[in-house]
Amino acid sequence: MSVPENLRYSKSHEWVRIDGDTATVGITDHAQEELGDVALIQLPEVGRILLADGAFGEIESIKAVSELYSPVGGEVVAINEALEEAPETVNNDPYGDGWLIKLKVASPADADVLLDAAGYNALLEES
Amino acid sequence: MSKQLGEPLLFELSRPGRKAVELPVSDVPDAPLADLLAAADFRDDLPLPELAEPDVIRHYTHLSQRNYSIDSGFYPLGSCTMKYNPKINEEAARLPGFARLHPATPPRLAQGAMRVLYDMQHILAEIGGMDACSLQPAAGAHGELLGLMLIKAYHEDHGNGAIKDTILTPDAAHGTNPASAARCGYRTAAVKSHSRGRVDIDHLRSLLNERVAGIMLTNPNTLGLFEDNIDQIAELVHGVGGLLYCDGANMNALVGRARPGDMGFDVMHFNLHKTFSTPHGGGGPGSGPVAVKKALIPYLPSGLVAKTADGAYTFEKPGPLSIGSVAAGFGSFMVILRAYVYILTYGREKISRIAENAVLNANYLRMRLGKDLDVAYNELCMHECIFTAKRQQKAYGVKAYDIAKRLMDYGYHPPTIYFPLIVHEALMIEPTETESRETLDAFVEAMQAILTEARETPELLSAAPVTTPVRRLDEATAARHPCLRWSCDVSDGANDA
Ligand SMILES: Cc1ncc(COP(=O)(O)O)c(C=O)c1O
Repeated sequence: MSVPENLRYSKSHEWVRIDGDTATVGITDHAQEELGDVALIQLPEVGRILLADGAFGEIESIKAVSELYSPVGGEVVAINEALEEAPETVNNDPYGDGWLIKLKVASPADADVLLDAAGYNALLEES
Repeated sequence: MSKQLGEPLLFELSRPGRKAVELPVSDVPDAPLADLLAAADFRDDLPLPELAEPDVIRHYTHLSQRNYSIDSGFYPLGSCTMKYNPKINEEAARLPGFARLHPATPPRLAQGAMRVLYDMQHILAEIGGMDACSLQPAAGAHGELLGLMLIKAYHEDHGNGAIKDTILTPDAAHGTNPASAARCGYRTAAVKSHSRGRVDIDHLRSLLNERVAGIMLTNPNTLGLFEDNIDQIAELVHGVGGLLYCDGANMNALVGRARPGDMGFDVMHFNLHKTFSTPHGGGGPGSGPVAVKKALIPYLPSGLVAKTADGAYTFEKPGPLSIGSVAAGFGSFMVILRAYVYILTYGREKISRIAENAVLNANYLRMRLGKDLDVAYNELCMHECIFTAKRQQKAYGVKAYDIAKRLMDYGYHPPTIYFPLIVHEALMIEPTETESRETLDAFVEAMQAILTEARETPELLSAAPVTTPVRRLDEATAARHPCLRWSCDVSDGANDA
């Protein structure tokens, strides 16, 4: 199970990458593995304001429908439109082309309270 | 589809002009269709298949031979209660007095059928510990919707309609519970389960306030465990003016032994197609009667049967507070009839044997199979038991999904998997009461063989099934690009998918 060092993680299995004042959010390798083949992803409109831990969409696999939560708050500035045609990208490349949304964050330091790779690995060990 | 199945579609078998019956020339004078129907109602692009009778019969017979049913083998689909459907039910349903009865027959000419409805209202109310019962809903989920509409009507009638906007459901609930609540206009909140797989009372307390219109509970719950704090839950929810809805999907564990009405539930549904042995799973329509306590009777839908002073059965005129009608007439009559026969076959004295043997069988499987496959919450279970393949997944990369597929090669219908959602790699096994010890033993041996394969030759499991007419289906593509109808434009390849 891949858990890249340079990302931050939520307990609900999303990752976030901070780049200046932009945060990119996706689901972890563990999450895509648990879900199984993804069939459908519902993402928010660009311009929506999200609170930290706020639900921003739904992901449907052949097993279940799960809610997506944003680890950090901010304004949605981009969504990964390619996923509509090819949702399987989330399974194939969860940390790369399978990203979900990009946010403009007011205080990038908010991400510091999230789990780092070691913390997320520990969480996976427990479950 | 057709290629893989090895059975051509009726559309592919079609030959222009071929037909099954030759109708005699009509001696009724005919009028041009255009005089009878509006132009907008005409279409000439509807290619219906043209076939001879033997072609049609063989087609459907071939398909039926591919079917797996409770009549062909063990069907341990958890939460679905795939019990044997006794043939005496069918015998009664085929009596001409029932089978030939037109739904619009005036009640005074259909007193036998009216009595079946009347008796079932009372029998189900008694089994549920309730005061009245509507037979209208067409399935469990439809019953949930009706139950919630009754709860809503009750709160509105008591002046609390605006404030009571929330329905609680446990995190282990069947998806239809929150869906029905949302459909009824409620917001939903999930109550956590504690480490013993029951409602976490502290979390419930934290969610309770005057906005709570009610809670939907399945008891035994979807983990196959009895909610042993049900008294306390009822007291807490009633304490904030909320009502208790019992999802009766698991009544097979209780019938004749314990009654939701006595546990504090105000309203419940039955799944006649589960607990009361009527065909389902492609075998027939469902039926989800809703039984209520006195306080909810005024809101019940139309279609209730009453008995007059001189012993005649009539449809009751709905009162001013009735929510109206949720289905045409009186529900799925032929299903209700079969369930009636089933209940009378056992009778009042013996009906509790259903629950007793269902629980015994589930615990037998838990003890025997639990040696090789972990039980999610290992304690006395009710009518079903939830196993987890988490250990097999970690050690051999074999998932519940693979085990389920491999079971098909061993000749079994797979159990329910990945439900409830709170159990990782869940396999939910419900044996039902009608299975013999020999059947259960054979199933355990098949599962043991599969678990040995998981350890030694896991690739057998990831390739399964190999003996079925179609191999492993690409469920993700089916969900991503559903092909839901035959298209005459075969060049697009849609029919080969
Ligand atoms: C626990 C539970 N609740 C509700 C339902 C819905 O019942 P139905 O399929 O009759 O609509 C089911 C169906 O499997 C169930 O298992």
